Amino acid sequence: MSNWIEIGNLNDIPPLGSRVVKTNDVDIAVFRTANDEIFALRDQCPHKHGALSQGIVHGNRVTCPLHNWVISLEDGQAQGHDSGCTKTFNVKLDGETILLAV
Amino acid sequence: MKSKLVVIGNGMAGMRTVEELLKVAPEKYDITVFGAEPYGNYNRIMLSPVLTGEKTIEEIMINDLAWYEENNITLHAGADKEVVSIDRRKKTVQAKDGTSVSYDRLLFATGSNPFIIPLPGHELNGVIAFRDIADVDTMLAVAKKKKNAVIIGGGLLGLEAANGLMKQGMNVTVIHNVDVLMNRQLDQPSAKLLEQSLKERGLTFKLAAASKEIHDDGKGNVTAISFEDGEKLATDLIVMAVGVRPNIALAQKVGLHCDKGIFVNDTMQTYDPSIYAVGECVEHRGDTFGLVAPLFEQAKVCANHLAEHGIANYRSSAVATKLKVTGIDLFSAGDFHTDENSEEIVFQDPYRGVYKKVVIEDNKIKGTVLYGDTMDGSWYFQMMKDETDVSEMRDRLLFGQAHLGDSGTQGVSAVANLPDNAEICGCNGVCKGDIVNAIAAESLFTLDDVRDATKASASCGSCTGLVEQLIADTLGSDFNETEKRKSICRCTEYSHDEIRAAIPRNELKSFHAVSDFLEFSSPDGCHVCRPAINYYLLAQWPGEYKDDSRSRFINERSHANIQKDNTYSVVPRMWGGLTTPDELRAIADAAEKYNVPTVKVTGGQRIDLLGVAKEDLPKIWKDLNNAGMVSGHAYGKSLRTVKTCVGSTHCRFGTQDAMSMGVNVEKMSWGSWTPAKFKIAVSGCPRNCAEATIKDFGVVAVDSGWELYVGGNGGMKVRVSDFLTKVTTDEEVMEYAGAFMQMYREQGHHNERTAPWIERVGLNFIKDEMVENETQRKEFYARFLESQKYAQVDPWAERASKGVDVIDFVPLKQIN
Repeated sequence: MSNWIEIGNLNDIPPLGSRVVKTNDVDIAVFRTANDEIFALRDQCPHKHGALSQGIVHGNRVTCPLHNWVISLEDGQAQGHDSGCTKTFNVKLDGETILLAV
Repeated sequence: MKSKLVVIGNGMAGMRTVEELLKVAPEKYDITVFGAEPYGNYNRIMLSPVLTGEKTIEEIMINDLAWYEENNITLHAGADKEVVSIDRRKKTVQAKDGTSVSYDRLLFATGSNPFIIPLPGHELNGVIAFRDIADVDTMLAVAKKKKNAVIIGGGLLGLEAANGLMKQGMNVTVIHNVDVLMNRQLDQPSAKLLEQSLKERGLTFKLAAASKEIHDDGKGNVTAISFEDGEKLATDLIVMAVGVRPNIALAQKVGLHCDKGIFVNDTMQTYDPSIYAVGECVEHRGDTFGLVAPLFEQAKVCANHLAEHGIANYRSSAVATKLKVTGIDLFSAGDFHTDENSEEIVFQDPYRGVYKKVVIEDNKIKGTVLYGDTMDGSWYFQMMKDETDVSEMRDRLLFGQAHLGDSGTQGVSAVANLPDNAEICGCNGVCKGDIVNAIAAESLFTLDDVRDATKASASCGSCTGLVEQLIADTLGSDFNETEKRKSICRCTEYSHDEIRAAIPRNELKSFHAVSDFLEFSSPDGCHVCRPAINYYLLAQWPGEYKDDSRSRFINERSHANIQKDNTYSVVPRMWGGLTTPDELRAIADAAEKYNVPTVKVTGGQRIDLLGVAKEDLPKIWKDLNNAGMVSGHAYGKSLRTVKTCVGSTHCRFGTQDAMSMGVNVEKMSWGSWTPAKFKIAVSGCPRNCAEATIKDFGVVAVDSGWELYVGGNGGMKVRVSDFLTKVTTDEEVMEYAGAFMQMYREQGHHNERTAPWIERVGLNFIKDEMVENETQRKEFYARFLESQKYAQVDPWAERASKGVDVIDFVPLKQIN
């Protein structure tokens, strides 16, 4: 069973923004969409390892800052003709509290 | 209350006009379309591939019935919906079945009728034209059961019909009245090569033949055709492809002025100002039309006038022809007959089946015929349209563009001559072969398709022209040239200019206001339109619009340049490229304190600290702020640097104080956001050591004052700047610099440097607006200074000391 950890409040992340949760092995980018949905991906583009947390969020997608790959926040898949996948993490809201499964 | 537009004719010209009209004035008209064929609208020029079986009817439909519904167009289609009368006084049209519709504007797009030679027997079953889907159906049905076919007419259409029927298994004989096939497009030698090649494929020809009579089986079915020379050929099908006549019966009946076709002026208007006409039914300045390219141009012009924009004029232009018979390369354009004023250059290699002829008059190409090797067709055609003087290259002209080197060709279509392993897109390392293969294998048709599939032209975009040329070469006639009016991104159909114009007109003050109002397909936009619109809003509403950091590319959001390992670079501003020992000491201290791995001098006369972790940015900024330095905006679509030479302060050649001028210009212009990065330089004499003539705004001192230059670029496409004007005082330099920046800020497209902007709008336009027009220049300058009031805030100090966007620089949480 996964272990839900409290990582912050919804308002700690701006709408259409992202913040990073650092762990001992990987950085995890936590995203907030325009509709206040929360997603979490490994903070690493499958292409050349750009930090997805630094990209522009639009809809349920983020554009990598290095070479404009567009990654789905829902499943971590590269969109369009690009192929590659970033690990997703389970994340949920309890009221305004964000919980991350690690 | 909408006006009413009625279109007579549901063909390519009429519907293209409607499409163009919907683009420019979607709400202006209630549109009703009458069409005699019971379908939506299809691509008539693709009937030949349907006949050969290479395409299906579905594949050549342009607009299906659902399209008419979606666009609220009333379609009356079918034989009983043929328009039979028009009351021009009451402005109504009436169809055969009595349907009556009134109009404010009427569009004739009745096309043409195939000409049927009135031979005895021409009305028999099995004698048809090659014009519409019904004809193709007839041909396919006959081909299933019968053996022999005769095509009368050895022109483009006749040969395509012959090739199609042969592919369907019939024995086909082509009858032509002269001994030169396609005599409108080919001369004798090239026609002979074509004839030979078609014979080898199995076609039979009877040239210079005079048909006499068509014979029947007594039940009204065709059985044979006889000729004046006494020969008689058995046949089950006769296809007449001997040209078309503009369909003007209705126009003549209602009294519109016609000769060969319906007379129209340069705005596609007939003699009745409420009635327009486009396509094969019109006669414009003595010309009638049979190919698709001019029809589309007419449609655009006509739509512009129906929309009451009233700015477009139609001028008939040269057209090129290609034969749609797979495996035969043939290209013809312009007038290829020589007379006393013109001369021809010919290359002939019958063994290889190659023939090339270029006709030259007054050192310009007047026409060309190519057979077997048509690679340079588009090159000759372009030079013909551009009226390029070819006297310098006529000795090598026929060897093609590849043998010419780059001079004089402007690189147009040079891409056709490149080998498959030639790199087209340097950013993403995409070769010509990759692109050509992807176009074929994945059925790509547009630039966006190719960008998605191959990444070619998806980064800096400097190879876009080459990629478009490759698509055009690979697809041939299937390529729809990219429209000049490009939408900003795939979230919307609207262009940069249209979006910009909508912002003040409708008081739109946020991205979502724009995306709602213009009905974007995705409400949040994407990484292309969000930063662009954020900029447009910022430029439109200085002091009022709050910059949206989430619509900023990361470099502008974190005020540092992201590097490939996700670290950042830090470049403090050095006014005019000047620094002091104290500043250098502070930079050295900061570099050591934050373990900066690389310290580099930039091309813009500043110092770059590379490899700084994001969390350290506010701290290093704070240290630099404490030493009096501010952000250098080396990361932004903004004023970057003002590069200077030492000028008259030290230099023995210097004529003016370039350093002080540079510092003053930079103090005025720093902090401003621009459509793309903006670089300035000031040189103290015409030796121009600051390289001011490859900057967006360049100032070069001369003894009597300052010369001002604009639109230079030293990047991927070097462009030497254009001379704008010469001024005498320092104040004028400031005024011009500010005014030019503001004009660019207000009119440049996001991500468009000044160089392409100037090439797009023309230097003369810029001179008219801000050199000739002093009042306007002062207004530009005043607006620039006004917006600078809100822009000249050091973003580093705000984040390092004033708590702005702190959360952008610290992790949400650390989990151990």
